[in-house]
Amino acid sequence: MSVIKAFSPQSPTFRLRLGKWLDSAVAETVLLPALGIATFLLLWSVVASQINTSLGAFPGPVQVSQQATALISEHRAEREKEAAFYQRQEDRNAKRLEKEPDFIPKIRAYTGKATYLDQIVTSILTVLTGFVLASLIAIPAGIVIGLSRKVHSAVNPLVQLFKPISPLAWLPLVTMVVSAVYVTDDPMFEKSFINSVVTVMLCSLWPTLINTSVGVANIEPDLQNVSRVLRLGRWTHIRRVVLPSSLPMIFTGLRLSLGVAWMVLIAAEMLAQNPGLGKFVWDEFQNGSSQSLARIMVAVITIGLIGFALDRIMLYLLGRVAWDPETATR
Amino acid sequence: MKKPYLQLSHLDVEFQTKTGVFTALKNVSLDVHDGEFISVIGHSGCGKSTVMNVIAGLTPGTRGGALVNGREVDGPGPDRAVVFQNHSLLPWLTVWQNVELAVNVVFKGRKSKAERDEWIAHNLELVDMSHARDKRPAEISGGMKQRVGIARALSMEPKVLLMDEPFGALDALTRAQLQDSLMRIHSELKNIVVMITHDIDEAVLLSDRIVMMTNGPAATIGEIEPVELARPRDRLALANDPEYNRKREALLRFLYEKQRKVESLPSGPSDDVIGDEPVPALDDTRGVA
Repeated sequence: MSVIKAFSPQSPTFRLRLGKWLDSAVAETVLLPALGIATFLLLWSVVASQINTSLGAFPGPVQVSQQATALISEHRAEREKEAAFYQRQEDRNAKRLEKEPDFIPKIRAYTGKATYLDQIVTSILTVLTGFVLASLIAIPAGIVIGLSRKVHSAVNPLVQLFKPISPLAWLPLVTMVVSAVYVTDDPMFEKSFINSVVTVMLCSLWPTLINTSVGVANIEPDLQNVSRVLRLGRWTHIRRVVLPSSLPMIFTGLRLSLGVAWMVLIAAEMLAQNPGLGKFVWDEFQNGSSQSLARIMVAVITIGLIGFALDRIMLYLLGRVAWDPETATR
Repeated sequence: MKKPYLQLSHLDVEFQTKTGVFTALKNVSLDVHDGEFISVIGHSGCGKSTVMNVIAGLTPGTRGGALVNGREVDGPGPDRAVVFQNHSLLPWLTVWQNVELAVNVVFKGRKSKAERDEWIAHNLELVDMSHARDKRPAEISGGMKQRVGIARALSMEPKVLLMDEPFGALDALTRAQLQDSLMRIHSELKNIVVMITHDIDEAVLLSDRIVMMTNGPAATIGEIEPVELARPRDRLALANDPEYNRKREALLRFLYEKQRKVESLPSGPSDDVIGDEPVPALDDTRGVA
């Protein structure tokens, strides 16, 4: 009898055990997050079935996971087709070489459509290119602005003006400028890729620029004086004093910039038709089949997961380079 | 008599503030000779640190100025090293690298790498910090950090060592240890030391002359008290020394009778604030981490 009592939810022992259990590290890192996700999935499937659109019921978790699997198997099928295509070419060329030894074989590139995984890769490459270019401009510019009050006064109005501009406003201009300026017979990059990269760059410059300049401008006056008393050269001053002391702020800026870059990219790809996740969403939306919504949901979740992963990578990098371990805990 | 190595002549320092001109120092004149240990003492806000900053070349004098070895001070130089109040070591560099930074600037081209390394080691040895050469400032105690700060300053081989309340943030026992170290180092190197302090015992124990500042604004030198105690000095033996106690009394009288600190002074820039004002942040607030 007493054994049963101890396990009943009302008993104080049970509550005590539950409380202790919830405090444990396992609960905190694994079980509670899992509980949160499970609740979300449950709510999602219940609510989804209530919403009817012109393309059928809103997809629940089950349909979405089915489409995720389907997208992966489509990717595999496409790769097999591609391999078969090259195999056929090789066979044909080999046969022809047997008959005519002077024949110079030509390999034609496969022109199948980009699969979902290809589009993910394109999106990541685009965002990283735009982000790296933005950082290469923003960090040095931020240092210059932070070091000089005069430059700051000159540049600040422009920064404040350009910062709130939406990618959608830039894109038409970028498109026109790129098609006017980027004229080659043998383009190394697609124009749509350049359009997206430039748009991402223009929008993700600002957090890094602002945070870097704030970090540089707010170096402890004592450390500035050390630098002056030791008469460090300008370059040594930047390298040994300015950069290390503003590193946490620079990385905060980079993290924000990467987040912005990823959000801007999806919008840019939708409009620029750069073959990435944004275009995938747009194409599925135009396609309007019964699976489209579920496929878009797959893309939405993918976008979230990649955004999360990018953020974690930045955090990890900060932890690697920061001199102060406290800055790397969040 | 030999010409003084360090001279302040009719020095005025004024700061522009929002409410107008604030006169921190007015007509400060002082001669310091080779090997002298000078303490500058006064209530907080009396411009002690401003005196030091002018000598260091961090703050320009408005009228008059500082002469070092006959030349007017127009900026910081390796002949005048500074030990800052709160050590001011670069937290991302090790003890060794912090000293190395100074040594590389001063001796690049004059000493080989091996000689420079030996010189860094020698200076860390001088302040008994060789054991912690690869530690970061966050990993050592406050007293140790101040020792490294002193080693960094000494490693520049300065003629003048400027110290801004160097032991103010330390506990009494650590402070006593560092004072003893400083006396030993001074007796070996015999450079000029100008130390800002608000500690009467410290001033009497260490100094050849004590400069007493009147209260600000427009602070100036009130009295100069020579301390003619034989060196090496021993803090225990001096505790009952009549000369030592006379000097202490003179300082106490000056600080608590003649220059009794009156609160509610018009607010001027604190004497800790030096150099240019920091550049303001771009209007935007900093990003959230």
